Formats: sequence, C-alpha cells, structure tokens
Amino acid sequence: MNGQAWLLLLEGAWTTLWISAIAIAIGVFCGLGIALLRMARIPFLEQLLILYTSLARATPLVTLVLFIFLSAPMFGINLDRNTAAILALTLNTTAFNAEIWRSAFISFSREQKEAALACGMTQGVFFRRIMLPQMLTSSLPGLVNEMSFLIKGSPAIAIIGIVDLTRVTNRIAAVTYDPLPPILAAALLYMLIIGVLLKLQAIAEKKANRLAM
Amino acid sequence: MTEWSIIWDAREAFFNGFFNTLALFALSIVCAFVLGCAMLYSLEERTPLAIVVRWLVNGMRMLPFLILAYLLYYGLPRLGLRLDAWTAGLLALIVYHGAYFTEILRGSRLVLPAGYVEAAKAHGFTPFRLFMRIILPQLVIKTRPLLGNQLIIALKDTAFLTIITVQELTAAANSVQATYFIPTEAFVVVIVLYWLISIGLELALKWAARFGAKRGFEHG
Repeated sequence: MNGQAWLLLLEGAWTTLWISAIAIAIGVFCGLGIALLRMARIPFLEQLLILYTSLARATPLVTLVLFIFLSAPMFGINLDRNTAAILALTLNTTAFNAEIWRSAFISFSREQKEAALACGMTQGVFFRRIMLPQMLTSSLPGLVNEMSFLIKGSPAIAIIGIVDLTRVTNRIAAVTYDPLPPILAAALLYMLIIGVLLKLQAIAEKKANRLAM
Repeated sequence: MTEWSIIWDAREAFFNGFFNTLALFALSIVCAFVLGCAMLYSLEERTPLAIVVRWLVNGMRMLPFLILAYLLYYGLPRLGLRLDAWTAGLLALIVYHGAYFTEILRGSRLVLPAGYVEAAKAHGFTPFRLFMRIILPQLVIKTRPLLGNQLIIALKDTAFLTIITVQELTAAANSVQATYFIPTEAFVVVIVLYWLISIGLELALKWAARFGAKRGFEHG
C-alpha cells in the first residue's frame, strides 16, 4: 500500500459517494411523490405503485443493476454505466423512501388538519406549512437509515464494471498481489462514511423524539 | 416467443441457481440466528467477551456486506486459510446477519422489564436457563417485524455473492443471458423468483404474528 494505492482508493470512494448521493437526492423526492400519489388513492395507479414498491423491495440490487444495464439496449436505450447504476440505486431507494414517507403520512394527527382547515387554510397551504415540516422531522431518522442502507448496497454497481470503493481493491490487488491491505483500507473508508450517517441518524432521532413530546 | 422457449430450455440453470440461493439463504439465516442469540447471551454479563462482541456488532453495522465477503474470500488466503467461494459466502452471510440479529434483539432487551428477570432469578433459574426460557422467547416474539425485515435483507444479500463467483440465482441469469443474449427475459424470470421467495417470507411472518397475538404479545 503506497500513496498511489490510497489515491486510487479515495477515487473509488468518491465514485461511490457521488453516485449514491445523486440516487439519494432523487430517491427522497420521488419517494415523497409516490407516497403522495398513493395517499390520493387514484384507482389503477395505486395498484401499479403497490406492485412497484413490492417488486423493488424484493429485488436484490445486484440483480436490478445487471437487469437495467443489460436489457436497456434491447429496448433501444443507450445507457452508460453510471446512468444505469444511478437508475438502479434510485429505483431501489425510492421504494423504501416511499414507505417511510407514507408511514409519516398515516401517523399524522387529524386534529391538526381539522384545526388548520378551521382556521381557513387551503389544503396546499396546510400541507406546506403544517404537515411537511413535521413529516420531515419525524421521517428523517428513517430516511437517514435508508441512506446508510443505500451506501451499504452500493457495491452492487461494481458488477457492471464501475470502479467504486469495493472494486478498486481488486485493481490494487492486481498490481500488488496482496488483496488484504486494500480491502481493509476500503472497509475503513466505508466505516467512516456510514459511521457519519449513523451519527446523523442518532441526532435526527433525538430531534424527532423532542417533536413527539 | 422464442426467447421464452430458450429460457424454458435453460430451466436447469435457473433451478440450480434457485436451489443454491435457497440453500445459502436457509442455512445462513438459521446459523446467523443461533450466532446472534449466542452473542446476545454473551452481552448479558460484563465480560471482556461482551466488549469484543459489541465492537464486532458495531463494526458490522458500518460495513457493506460485500466488503466482508471480499475479506473472507480474497483476504483470508493471505492468512493461510483458503475457502472456496460458496463457503466464504455462507460464512460472510452468517457473521454479518448474526451481528444484525444481535443488534435487533439487544434493542429489545434494553427495554425488557426487569421484573421478569428478577422473578426468574428468585425462582432459582440458572443464567443460561433464564436466558433460554424467559428472555429469548419474549425478545424474538416482540422483534418479529424487524427480524422479518432482516430476513428479506439477508435474501437480497445472497445476490452479492455472485460477485465472488458463487453460482446462485443472479449468476444463473447472468450466465444464461451471456450465452443466449436474452438479458430482459432472463432477469425478469429471476426477479420474479426473488419476489416469490420474499412474498413467501412475508406470509410466513404474518402467520407468526398470529402466533404472537395468541400468546398475548401483540394486539391486532
């Protein structure tokens, strides 16, 4: 393990981070959208979304990544590796986020809604001013937890040849013939990233509990 | 429809992958559960072992599953222990999910009313029997939804093992699509198979919930 190897590892960590970050950002918003659509109970669309959530939660990330990357050209869509990886991670995390948002919706107190409507707020204003801020706080621990799950699942993108933090260890080992140190170093970097997220989750939980009281 | 008939002709590959996945999954979760309970038992007393277990569990929570599999498959030969891919994968699944089972049960153990334990002690239970008869059954019934989630995560983690060349379901689809170049159909079949397993798991969990309700641990 020399400086060169560490540089490669950091590059891999950066790849893991930016791909995951894009997937997380899209996933949180789309999850909210899907939760809203499901709460609206539009016939047919609701069944479709239930099917999507169920399928996306049951499909392993590795399988999903391979599926998207290999079968997109069959439909005449040209995806490069990174787009396919982001798409797969997003599809996966959106389904989980939608469930987190939905449970925040379901557990929202009816009294507040009635009070807001009695005060003359429109549905839109009520949602923006009253519901969303509270939902954000109460579902943040779940969302951060899902983020750390996404990072833990992100090595799946290595299978389509993206050199992420896991795969880069193979590259280094191919040169040094010594796989143990790079894998341990990669483990250390992952622990740093996920450790930060776990810390954030603890902080978010404390905040959410204060709201509940 | 020729693609589907090719899939049908290649059914043996899918069956083999499916059974390999199921075998890995079933064997690993049973061992992981036992390991998880054993680690939980070691946490009951403040011993050096308990500190090691705490470190292990916290470490596993911060590690992606694939990195652990890499460590066992690529890293261990350095230390003179060469495992084949299947064994390394199984071992990784057991250790990783055992740690998660411990964490889930520990969370519930912290909020278990002390009265049960004190009453059992007063009746002369030895620590081991106290753990097996009084503590563990309650924890398992109470944490059923979380344990169920973990089972589904374990099922999905078996797919990672295709990267360290274990011949499981995803690997089967990959080899079929590489031979006949029909990726869409091959992966649709595999995704449906994974879906079926997880639906089966969910049904089993619902059935377990009824058992919990009958014993008065859950309401609804």
